[in-house]
Amino acid sequence: MDMRSPLARARGLGSAKDGVAHWWAQRVTAVALVPLTLWFVVSVVSLVGADYAAYKAWVGIQGNVVLLVLLIVTLFHHTQLGLQVVIEDYVHGETAKVVSLMVIKFTVVLLGASCVLAVLRVSFST
Amino acid sequence: MKSGNRPLSPFLMYRPQFTSILSITHRLTGIALAAGTLLFTHWLTSAAYGPEAFARAQALIGSVFGRLLLLGWTLAFFYHLCNGIRHLAWDAGWGFELPRLKATGWVVIVVSITLTVLSWAAGYAVRGGA
Repeated sequence: MDMRSPLARARGLGSAKDGVAHWWAQRVTAVALVPLTLWFVVSVVSLVGADYAAYKAWVGIQGNVVLLVLLIVTLFHHTQLGLQVVIEDYVHGETAKVVSLMVIKFTVVLLGASCVLAVLRVSFST
Repeated sequence: MKSGNRPLSPFLMYRPQFTSILSITHRLTGIALAAGTLLFTHWLTSAAYGPEAFARAQALIGSVFGRLLLLGWTLAFFYHLCNGIRHLAWDAGWGFELPRLKATGWVVIVVSITLTVLSWAAGYAVRGGA
């Protein structure tokens, strides 16, 4: 016997009332990060011991700023999604859980925004 | 909220197995990589402050301590990447049979170590050539 209300069934979000949004976002960012991080690792290897001029020249290569911004946004989004699961698994007190989830989210946005602005600044500087 | 009567986590009930160790390693490397985003941010933001700040960040990363951290993060990254692809295969419904589960686990270990060695060899080659 299905105990769910017709509305719950129509919404299809399950007992967590969240659906698969989190799970799916984790997968989509994971798939996107495969090429983005591999590109970044190859780039970092090429920049071993580089000075500022070499770094700036690398940022200036056509397409690299876009890839960098995409990498930063996707990386921090994926980081937030992953840390959220860890916190939800191990932090059981409701207050501690909500506070740590917020701290993670704020930190990730702060770091991500800093990275994007930093990359754009180098890219637009003459 | 009281947490006295909650169900026990699997790691408290079962003997560690190859598959469960790989699983917790995926999570641990994920947490380590999350910490690594701090260095990632430091490197990118230093560049925004100009040549001197960028040179300081490069020197920090190039120091013995920096290189040790980076080596750990390289291995953690390749492991998380390879095992993440293994996860995506499971999501597609492939690879749940026990022999295949063990085989792909070993592939993840071997490939992540190989890629770590290769990328560091490439890094030292670039450094030597510069």
